[in-house]
Amino acid sequence: MKTLKIEDLSKNFGTTEVLKKINLDIDEGNFLVLLGPSGCGKSTLLNIIAGLETINEGNVYIDDYNVSNVEPKDRNIAMVFQSYALYPSMNVKENMIFGLKQAKTSKEKIEEQLKKVSTFLHVGELLNRKPSQLSGGQRQRVAIGRALVREPRIFLFDEPLSNLDAKLRVEMRREIKKLHQALKTTVVYVTHDQTEAMSLGTKIAIMNHGVIQQNDTPEIIYNKPSNTFVADFIGSPSMNLISGQLVKKANNTLFIPKGSNQSNNIPIKNYNFAKPLDETSKDVYFGIRPEHIHYKKTNDTDFEVNLMTDLKEYVGHEQIITFNYFEQEILGKFPSTEKIETNKEIKLFFDLSQISIFDKNTNQRI
Amino acid sequence: MSANISASSYKQLEQKSKVTNMLLRWFLYSVLILFASYFIFPLYVMIVTSLKTMPEIRQGNLITWPSQLNFKPWAVAWGGRGYGAGDTFLRPYFWNSIKMVVPAVVASTFIGAMTGYVLTKWRFKGDSWIFLFLLFGCFIPFQAILLPMARTLGALGISNSILGLVVVHTVYGIPFTTLFFRNYYVSIPNELIKAARIDGAGFFKIFFKILLPISAPIIVVTVIWQFTQIWNDFLFGSTFSFGKAAPIQVALNNMVLSSTSVKEYNVDMASAIIAGIPTLIVYVLAGKYFIRGLTSGAVKG
Repeated sequence: MKTLKIEDLSKNFGTTEVLKKINLDIDEGNFLVLLGPSGCGKSTLLNIIAGLETINEGNVYIDDYNVSNVEPKDRNIAMVFQSYALYPSMNVKENMIFGLKQAKTSKEKIEEQLKKVSTFLHVGELLNRKPSQLSGGQRQRVAIGRALVREPRIFLFDEPLSNLDAKLRVEMRREIKKLHQALKTTVVYVTHDQTEAMSLGTKIAIMNHGVIQQNDTPEIIYNKPSNTFVADFIGSPSMNLISGQLVKKANNTLFIPKGSNQSNNIPIKNYNFAKPLDETSKDVYFGIRPEHIHYKKTNDTDFEVNLMTDLKEYVGHEQIITFNYFEQEILGKFPSTEKIETNKEIKLFFDLSQISIFDKNTNQRI
Repeated sequence: MSANISASSYKQLEQKSKVTNMLLRWFLYSVLILFASYFIFPLYVMIVTSLKTMPEIRQGNLITWPSQLNFKPWAVAWGGRGYGAGDTFLRPYFWNSIKMVVPAVVASTFIGAMTGYVLTKWRFKGDSWIFLFLLFGCFIPFQAILLPMARTLGALGISNSILGLVVVHTVYGIPFTTLFFRNYYVSIPNELIKAARIDGAGFFKIFFKILLPISAPIIVVTVIWQFTQIWNDFLFGSTFSFGKAAPIQVALNNMVLSSTSVKEYNVDMASAIIAGIPTLIVYVLAGKYFIRGLTSGAVKG
């Protein structure tokens, strides 16, 4: 049984297709993050799960029960919004119990739930305050509390941290993580912040233009992006995509960077191709993350290259160096303790165990 | 050229800007006082005239303070002289106006709030067209609808009655009140409605429990606007009512224009002030609560 299942879901606003045949499911207790740039349809998808938007095609199941035409209040979900959406005229207590009151819950049960949740979230002393008298973090806590008292099957979060300042955001992120660890409730969480997605999610679904690009664990998404969009979207700075050619010679597969003479090639060994290469040559992107370009040879899979340093950006604990590699710009990330000069050719190492190769025509991982 | 300016020349510059600022300030206040007195002067004349006796008025000193305060004109304006035929006074018409203005303001404000709520939070196909037509209603000159409205009131059987005037004012208030409420509700995040829907609140519950409690600023604006419009209306009042059913502005007109004997300026002035007092009270009372952004910070950080 899947806690949430989305089947061939399509949604359009007028002639604009916002979601195209989305298929997605979540097991009990998972934390699914919907991640993508603005306008990718992630919030619409969340609103559809909540029942706040109608569906054009497809179905939504909660616990194997088709809820596509069920009212939001009857879906056994709770939602936390970006603007918190606390009712301004009610105090914290009234805000938190509004839902239970609508559901005609008994007075004793309401009091019990309120007490449990307000202790859990440390909002006990705020109960008589109005939302306008709360700080951003407190509002966020109350908004979560309002969702908690309902004891829902699924928690929906719509960019809950984007209105907080940087420091508070990190704090609240950890609290949400703790919350999930303590309660083990299924969560669907929308964000455009990859750090949030990586640190919170047990699964991440990356969306672009209304299509799910990849849905997997954070580790696989980071290390084995399924296409160039994911490779580029995740990671900061993002993955270097070096364009060139993959050539098969006898038993060797070689990568020849565009603009180099044939002698500057990189042997591709031990790379797990999705399926064996049929062609003898293929236009590809060679993907390597900035942190997988090493300053010193660290392991056997490291491959030596000579790079021209162009630009140095110092960011405290590390430095980001821009290199010129056969007229292609690539970035490397090094500890700031290494002394690297600009405008100089230096010897570096590509860690070939960490690379990704993408078909240049389809942009898919091969 | 040297970039350094000596300390003494700084002092000079400082002195100069001080003098300029002071002169400008004096100029500003003079202009403001001049304009203010221009507007206050007629009111002053009305008040002193209403407190004078007729012989004193005939002396022709418009702006002098009355030699002796005489409240009789006020009593006459409000309650009449006490003889039967031809004695027109404001009291019954004042109550007519109250009976007209209170239900009309309440109804048009409520309907406007409801319409604004639907047009912003329960969007449907063609809602922007409906809003456009409603806006169009704000620009229709009232004279243009006098005849059709008279026919309608006749057909409904409520012509020449307070109820008829209430209906007319409510209908013609709706475009304005809707505009006010729509513009206010547009700025309230839709997430509030979504949250309430998930919590299980329906259409009316969301309106009464969530939106209406935070609508105080716009309700005040709407009430001030509608009260002033309806109370001061003469056109509808004089067209759709006569005799005993007339509102105060019509009665005031009858009183001032139809006196058969000598013109009693003091009574006229007192009547005019009485007719204007309720709007003044509404401004003074409601203006206090006219504080913008009662909800600011409640929804967003």
